[in-house]
Amino acid sequence: MLQFSFRHLINKVRGGIVSPLALSEMGILGMNARNINYIARYNDREKFPIVDDKLNTKHAAKRVGIPVPELIAAFETPASRKRVMEVIEPLWKFVIKPARGSGGKGILVIAGREGEKYKKISGSEIEALDILRHVNNIHSGLYSLGGKPDRVMVEALVDFDPVFQDYSFEGVPDIRVIVFRGYPVMAMLRCSTHDSDGKANLHQGAVGVGVDLATGRSCHAVQRGLRIQHHPDTEMSFGELKVPGWYDLVRLAASCYEMTGLGYLGCDIVLDRERGPLLLEANARPGLAIQVANGVGLRQRLGFIEGLEQEMFEKGVDERVAFSMREFAVEKTL
Amino acid sequence: MSPRVQVYVIAALLALIGAGLTAYKHFELGFPLLPGEYRTVWTIEAKVGFDAEGGPVKAALTLPREQRNMEILGETFSSSGFGFFIARENDEYRAVWTRRSAEGSQSLFYQLDVYQTPGAALEQPLNLSTKVKKPFLGAREQEAVRLAINSLVKQARERSSDVESFTTQLLFELNDDGNQDRNLIFRHYADKSLVDVALLMLATADIPAHRIRGLYLEDDRRRLDPEDLLEVYDGKRWIVFEPGSGLPGVPDNFFIWQRGGKSLLDLEGGRNSQVTFSVIANDVPARDVSMRSSRDEKDALVDFSIYSLPIEQQSIFKLILLVPVGALVVVLLRVFVGLRTSGTFMPVLLAIAFIETQLLTGLSIFVLILVLGLWVRFYLSRLNLLLVSRIAAVVVTVVIIMGVISVVSYKLGIEQALTVTFFPMIILAWTIERMSIVWEEDGPYEVVVQAGGSLLVAVLAWWVMTNRYVEHWTFNFPELLLVLLAFILVVGNYTGYRLSELMRFRPLVK
Repeated sequence: MLQFSFRHLINKVRGGIVSPLALSEMGILGMNARNINYIARYNDREKFPIVDDKLNTKHAAKRVGIPVPELIAAFETPASRKRVMEVIEPLWKFVIKPARGSGGKGILVIAGREGEKYKKISGSEIEALDILRHVNNIHSGLYSLGGKPDRVMVEALVDFDPVFQDYSFEGVPDIRVIVFRGYPVMAMLRCSTHDSDGKANLHQGAVGVGVDLATGRSCHAVQRGLRIQHHPDTEMSFGELKVPGWYDLVRLAASCYEMTGLGYLGCDIVLDRERGPLLLEANARPGLAIQVANGVGLRQRLGFIEGLEQEMFEKGVDERVAFSMREFAVEKTL
Repeated sequence: MSPRVQVYVIAALLALIGAGLTAYKHFELGFPLLPGEYRTVWTIEAKVGFDAEGGPVKAALTLPREQRNMEILGETFSSSGFGFFIARENDEYRAVWTRRSAEGSQSLFYQLDVYQTPGAALEQPLNLSTKVKKPFLGAREQEAVRLAINSLVKQARERSSDVESFTTQLLFELNDDGNQDRNLIFRHYADKSLVDVALLMLATADIPAHRIRGLYLEDDRRRLDPEDLLEVYDGKRWIVFEPGSGLPGVPDNFFIWQRGGKSLLDLEGGRNSQVTFSVIANDVPARDVSMRSSRDEKDALVDFSIYSLPIEQQSIFKLILLVPVGALVVVLLRVFVGLRTSGTFMPVLLAIAFIETQLLTGLSIFVLILVLGLWVRFYLSRLNLLLVSRIAAVVVTVVIIMGVISVVSYKLGIEQALTVTFFPMIILAWTIERMSIVWEEDGPYEVVVQAGGSLLVAVLAWWVMTNRYVEHWTFNFPELLLVLLAFILVVGNYTGYRLSELMRFRPLVK
């Protein structure tokens, strides 16, 4: 892995830089502009706790009827060994998460058991003691922003729809949709690779697949900044990829606007074999990698939404989704 | 008003106030804008020596007045066994030493530091008498002397147009060795000086005049006698003449001690009195001069500032005032470059440690502590401890490592490593903890990237913070912090791309 990263670093240096004018012409949104023009302007501080704490997100989603992965238990206060064991004893597959973790840190996925051992999704085995320590670390605030004491969630492992099985190595594929003032503006699928160590972070080597908002078909795929046609590990062509139940998924993302009240929002959605799209988490500071995955800048689309008449912001979810699917359709390029 | 406009308005106000105060301090109070400017400060010592007769003694020395072209920075009096006070009479200050009984040779000292203000004119004396006491040139004077005086005055008057040129002509004549009249007069007044004679002749001509006592400021002069200048009233204002050359104006480097005719020293109960002066020039940093001179005026800006703190606290503040500069470096690197660091302002704390330890020592100590700490932390993580105890354990480990580094390097003769104590222990412990998490979750490559980023920012911050101009400005012009604040506010409004994004989004540009 070190080797690959090193190559990546050399790539970066050799690649040099592009002119800011060229980026601007492409309508690429930068970090600073995102922070000032979108997050600070459209996201109320007081609404952040809804998305920053995944337990809050879950409760809020339940209230408005947005499907989420099943919550098995939550430890609000440091839990005794007995209590933790009581909860995980009957479980075969589960996920332990910090409620306020940032950047996917501190998520432990147990995919099965073998005797006394627990099997992680990557295949390595750990013991009950390791799980207890992990719970402890989460409580102490090791993964939360600023080291604040945190809550622990135990969630059922999503029964992933096998449609992405060939597009993901070891990991959990999820779909990120950016929702601006209620209108979905861009979507991508994140596929983990051997290179990314099963993680879905693009900068760690996962593949970012741009998804056409109108159809749910992939339109562009990128790994480490380079355009690719096939998954590097499974050799599956992204050209044939189509997300099933796409409309429902986009509609779920759009309805998160009502749930959170946040104007600039990133929704992470997974596909369950039976339940369809589930909201994994929402993000008030969604990253900018989605532009790289789609090969398109965000600014034009955001500007287009900003320029709409006031009455357009009073429309219902279905009207907004239909509008976005019509306006942000991409011609098939892959 | 939109927040953006507010930011610009506030930033403009802050910058204006900061720059204004700085300009005021520079132009009015004389604080130097650049480091390393030196000014000459003259230390003048007046020694009053006399033989006491055994009875009560009272010695009164005329002190120099405040004057515009010379700034008095401080004065000290030394008078063992004597009572001392400063008396004010007729716009003149006198130092008065008193003692009930004294015998034998006595020495009294008065010392003052003065600084020549360049370009300032000598002010007019306030209320010196313009009355002329006509000398009585009668029976006591020989007829020949009287005639010689009158002839010289007449000659000077014929060759001049006003009081100023008259005085110049008169002084020319008195300096002319070949002039018969002049030689006659000086033979008669053998015990009188040139200025005495000039004053006598000016009085004859009905022109108000008096003497100025003072000193030429030249380095390393001892046992100087005071020198005299001549000041003449032309009906409107007083004009100073240098008697030797006869030209108007105060010579450069002349320090006026006393204006007007009174005696320099009055002594009761002693004999053989004399006042001698010695002069020493010191080259003093310009800031010290400004500090000392404005302290006398109790300038609010200086009085309510860091300079009013004790020296020890001042040196602490010298460091604290550099923190905003370090913060600015972090802001610039994050907003414009997009460097990733572990802990937003941790690099600033590191940079401060580097200031104390020197760069290379600091860097090697930091890397050493980090590596050893990470190693210990990995073992601790196997012991299943609670987070707080684990971090506390790392803190203790860091302290032990620091102690060991100090002792071992001291024994080896590397005294520089003793400065290890300046490293912020708690921050180091947290850094180690975070790094080990990064290691576990994202691999060693990410640890190297983050630690390297932090170190790079720390070194850059250190480099800026140790710049002698930056050090000078932050400490001497803390008002500039307002300008810095304004700049940070404006930077906080930057919506352009970061340097790292120019690389990151490169694939998007076809």
